[in-house]
Amino acid sequence: MPFEYRRAEGVDGALALMTENAGAAFLAGGTNLVDRMKLGVTNPRMVIDVSRLPLAEVEVLSDGGVRIGATVRNSDLAAHPIIRSRYAVLARALLAGASGQLRNAATTAGNLMQATRCVYFQDVTTPCNKREPGSGCSAIGGYVRYHAILGASDQCIAVHPSDMAVALAALDATVVVRDHRGEHNVPVNEFYRLPGDSPERDTVLKPDQLIVAVELPAPASAALSTYVKTRDRASFAFALVSVAAEIELENGIVAGARIAIGGVAHRPWRAYKAEEVLLGSPPTEDVFVQAADAELAHANPQSGNAFKIPLTRGVMVSVLRSLTTGGSR
Amino acid sequence: MESSRIDAEITLTVDGSTCTLTVDTRTTLLDALRDRLGVMSPKKGCDHGQCGSCTVLLDGRRAVTCLTLAVAQDGAQITTASGLSDHGGLHAVQQAFLDQDALQCGYCTPGQVCSAVGMLDEVKAGHPSHVTQDLVAEPDLDDAEIRERMSGNLCRCAAYGNIVAAIRQVVQS
Repeated sequence: MPFEYRRAEGVDGALALMTENAGAAFLAGGTNLVDRMKLGVTNPRMVIDVSRLPLAEVEVLSDGGVRIGATVRNSDLAAHPIIRSRYAVLARALLAGASGQLRNAATTAGNLMQATRCVYFQDVTTPCNKREPGSGCSAIGGYVRYHAILGASDQCIAVHPSDMAVALAALDATVVVRDHRGEHNVPVNEFYRLPGDSPERDTVLKPDQLIVAVELPAPASAALSTYVKTRDRASFAFALVSVAAEIELENGIVAGARIAIGGVAHRPWRAYKAEEVLLGSPPTEDVFVQAADAELAHANPQSGNAFKIPLTRGVMVSVLRSLTTGGSR
Repeated sequence: MESSRIDAEITLTVDGSTCTLTVDTRTTLLDALRDRLGVMSPKKGCDHGQCGSCTVLLDGRRAVTCLTLAVAQDGAQITTASGLSDHGGLHAVQQAFLDQDALQCGYCTPGQVCSAVGMLDEVKAGHPSHVTQDLVAEPDLDDAEIRERMSGNLCRCAAYGNIVAAIRQVVQS
């Protein structure tokens, strides 16, 4: 579909263009939006290029946290000394995503805003409730290897494919959003939606809002963190299941636990139930299995992806073991 | 939609030559290079960012040209595999691909070469990869690192073993 291209002048300019042109799309690195446009999945009448907005800084905040600009490239963020030394889980997640070429183009905000999707969403010849609300879900009863086992609905079982967002969920990051009313902070764990009856909406972001930054809280001093991703090939593939975790031990007891799971739901899945089991317990194999099982008790797989339950359990236990025996950082 | 709103004038510097052209906003950078400027070194493989055969150095960094709009790259400096050498001879990575027989049909080779050049710069800048054990140490470019860092370039002839050898040759020389 033909579209008009406009380069945004400043954040306010970008917001003004969006307000005046309903149905426009913000363009940053383009690695997902351009692909969707070529597939005919997304057909904006106008593309507003925000990739050159002055939002490419990583700055340390006075409270010890970090503010990551919306247009910081994924490769630059993964290579940033502060991220590598203090937020290993985020560096590892970024490096597990896509390819070197794509990480050089993809931005922080663009990574967050890539579509929750599946092969049917990308194939305009098949029904898909996310692409065409009410048309039906081709995945249910179809090819479901990469689909959800948690939080899905009978409308949509697609998963959010970002690795970065899973790490941000474990880090309790905040998405900083601008609109004409000002700046708003949205916890990343409230940013993504479950499909429910409106799978066409991936996030709570409104059409006239633009992500300007992501903020990380100050790192917990004694925490170890990592990101482990399982996939069908060793590199450049979406996760079957991934786990981001940050664990703190105090006197042989788990004093802090933040765990998020990727590849299992319409959004990065924060494993609060597992965390509850872990907190105050000794870091033993039994406790790890209990924690994983608590999270997976309500898993509802399709016939064809039930393998994700034992896989998720195995990855969770393995990550917890490595973090509590000092084997990873 | 009237054509004035979907046509855009852009300037690209490709392998040292600066050209100004008018493109339909839908044109990818890859199509602008090949179909409009006749720069045939970047190849169209999957056209969806999955194979890497259209890789160039875009403002000094490796990138696929099929997933970026030409209009969004107005003013960009692009180096393709054809423009890598500034002395008329072969770039060290190109020579190594020849020395190690790192290709069969050759279709993916310009993308592989550009990707390798960009990747070696990333290593020089200290960037870690998915297989780097210590995130804060200088990366040591062993074969596992080379394979991981080159995973964005597919070779359907499966010349991977010799591609790794070619890049190893550049690292060791």
